[in-house]
Amino acid sequence: MTTTRQPVTRRGVGLPRVLWVPAALAFAIIALPVVGLVLKANWARMPELLVSDSALDALRLSLETAAISTALCIVLGGPLAAVLARGNPPALPILRSVVLLPLVLPPVVGGLALLYLVGRSGFVGKALDLWFGLTVPFTTAAVVLAQTFVALPFLVVSLEGALRTAGQRYEAVAATLGASPTLAFRRITVPLVLPGLASGTVLAFARCLGEFGATTAFAGSLQGTTRTLPLLVYLERETDVDAAVALSLVLVVVAVAVIAVTRPRGSEGLS
Amino acid sequence: MKIRALAAIGAASALLLTACASGATAAPATQAAAPQTLTVLAAASLTETFNALGKQFETDHPGVSVKFNYAGSSDLAQQIVNGAPADVFAAASDATMKTVTDANLTAAKPVTFAKNVLQIATPPGNPKEIATFADLAEPDVKVVVCAPQVPCGAAEQKIEKATGTALKPVSQESDVKSVLSKVETGDADAGLVYVTDVNSAGDKVQGVNFPEASQASTNYPIAVLKNAPAGDLANQFLTTVTGEQGLKALEQAGFAKP
Repeated sequence: MTTTRQPVTRRGVGLPRVLWVPAALAFAIIALPVVGLVLKANWARMPELLVSDSALDALRLSLETAAISTALCIVLGGPLAAVLARGNPPALPILRSVVLLPLVLPPVVGGLALLYLVGRSGFVGKALDLWFGLTVPFTTAAVVLAQTFVALPFLVVSLEGALRTAGQRYEAVAATLGASPTLAFRRITVPLVLPGLASGTVLAFARCLGEFGATTAFAGSLQGTTRTLPLLVYLERETDVDAAVALSLVLVVVAVAVIAVTRPRGSEGLS
Repeated sequence: MKIRALAAIGAASALLLTACASGATAAPATQAAAPQTLTVLAAASLTETFNALGKQFETDHPGVSVKFNYAGSSDLAQQIVNGAPADVFAAASDATMKTVTDANLTAAKPVTFAKNVLQIATPPGNPKEIATFADLAEPDVKVVVCAPQVPCGAAEQKIEKATGTALKPVSQESDVKSVLSKVETGDADAGLVYVTDVNSAGDKVQGVNFPEASQASTNYPIAVLKNAPAGDLANQFLTTVTGEQGLKALEQAGFAKP
């Protein structure tokens, strides 16, 4: 989808000079706070702060839950994107608005919503508790659910866009050659939209990793079970600013690594 | 689709920008228009009491408006150390006040004006029939506490040590109101919060007293800040809080005398 647009955005076409000023400002708004974080860091204490039990537990939990949530986003969000793009579902605009909700809602609202659905007082939560003796809040599953909730739209929106841009010409040809819809989807559609899927996956993973509001409202905060890196940063900030800054830098590094690793193939749609 | 999504993001960021802009201009504007503004930073647990005292103070001092900023004490202390303009700071622990006195930012030595103790909060009806602190250690009781990094969590740890009862909480929240809300929704069977939190929650939770609570009472210190913009008004507000009027209001909310 992006390859067709590439020539238009080449700088040679002539960009109005005046755009450089707000562009530089926008870049500064993103980059300077990170510089502030780096300058505030206590490098002498850094090793000790980063290998503490609580930090390692939080890092492990963050990576694990973000990976599981991202996988869920692909497995569930991928088909949702396909249905939205090609399934001609009824009331498409309404469906799409609902899918975008977590993107627009403050995450803490999402957390409360989840709590009132699968918490003890929620109608699904009540049934789970009654029938299976299961309670979701305060478990790692709650963290995964919160992350999946906030990250799904990122994957669905990217992928739906990719599917629409790709069109259905090749699938139509495949059908005339006798391919079943399943075969055409697997052999043509999926490979065609891989870049869109990759960029959506990166966005979803990043969103999972940064999730705070929904997790704290819905899952609670316990070392090794529900206290992910962002929650630990928020807590450490109360007593040990050095630790909070050190952990924040870990998140920055992970974020940079994710962008660096995936950028060549995955995120060209974002640039 | 892509373009529409981009447009949506654009609109969202425009909204954000206006929100930021109005937020940034609002503060100095009010200060310029009304020089008689008293800014009080107070621990979240003081919200109801200080709101009432502030209203009374405004009635007693015509032309003065009292502005409150309630948050976790450690947050407020960080804000003061990082240069937030304010007149009075009322903290929920000596440790957080110490952050400010260590930075040499109080005008005089802080005064303790109230004490608070922990209480067990349960959902209405107390479904798990919790009667003692030891009951919280039962394996089928989901108990939520504050993290040791914040004052209510430090107090809870002190009680655990004193009683020899080790709790296995399902969550250690970063502030006492989060503990309370997990009890209010019924997701926790019990939470350890301050007596005053149980009072302010009304009938949404039920309080259970336990004698060991007195072994970990928390001091509430208050101080006028150095270079307080409101000057002497700040001292007058402090006198109101520590005086007869303040004592009565604090007692009503469930605080103990210092």
